Amino acid sequence: MNFITEPWPWYVSGPLIGLFVPLLLIIGNKQLGISSSLKHICAACLPVQKIPFFNYDWKKNTWNLFLVLGITLGAFITNYIVDLNYEILISDATKVDLSEMGITNFIGFIPAEIYSWNTTLPNLILMVLGGFLIGFGTRYANGCTSGHAIMGLSLLNVGSLVAVVGFFIGGLIMTHLLFPLIF
Amino acid sequence: MKNIKFIIFGIVFGTILVKSEAVSWFRIQEMFRFQSFHMYGIIGSAVFVGAISILIIKKFKINTLSGEQIKFSNKPLYKVSNITGGVLFGLGWALVGSCPGPLYALFGAGHTVIIIPIISAIIGVLVYGLLKEKLPH
Repeated sequence: MNFITEPWPWYVSGPLIGLFVPLLLIIGNKQLGISSSLKHICAACLPVQKIPFFNYDWKKNTWNLFLVLGITLGAFITNYIVDLNYEILISDATKVDLSEMGITNFIGFIPAEIYSWNTTLPNLILMVLGGFLIGFGTRYANGCTSGHAIMGLSLLNVGSLVAVVGFFIGGLIMTHLLFPLIF
Repeated sequence: MKNIKFIIFGIVFGTILVKSEAVSWFRIQEMFRFQSFHMYGIIGSAVFVGAISILIIKKFKINTLSGEQIKFSNKPLYKVSNITGGVLFGLGWALVGSCPGPLYALFGAGHTVIIIPIISAIIGVLVYGLLKEKLPH
């Protein structure tokens, strides 16, 4: 297979993601985690120093901001080299389910029918609400898929396991109970 | 200058996220509908490699490249907030189809509209910061 043009299978990309756990530990003595970058952005850019939660030295965590800047750049460069606007080969069963929701365009990473600049007001509200839940939820749970699921589970941390169970309960409720009401 | 290495790590990480399609809303839907092994394979094998690496680091007392002792800090267990915050995040994860890392990657990959959920995620963190003392943990 061609590693530049073709998508990477899970057994290549998963272990590579897992290697970031020892890489960050050995090279930077840092634990993998991405959602806290949102907190550092708040502390760095907004007048929030009077709120105890944000009253800390965000400059000690700049590594995390550089990491997410890199993530953005990495995706930008990859998209520049190989056009990422291709049809994702998801399972036929998912295609059938999504078509019933009115989603028939599988080009690109996100469904253009819902998430685009010229979308409807209800879809815009969904985007805002979804982002809010991601920000609020990750801080309330004290981590996200990287900090809890990958780093936390790698450490066999009980709190992380509880949080990951929560992530899946939330995702299943949204997909199976709320999506049929929304779409 | 020591932060340059984190930009480079990020570039590699962002590349893996897009090449694995883990940033795809469609892949997340497939996962929550149990219709493909792809995302479970990614998360499962990442945790496997991460856990084995930590075991090796602990067993052989491996230090950082600069000779420091590697410190592990386990996130504390807060039963109420881990599960409640987890469920709230999960709702957003399925709705937007991405968690925080992929949000940045999607924006970088040219899906500029993702700046909307990024900004509202920052507002979500701000609201959490304001309410933290009043919320059960």
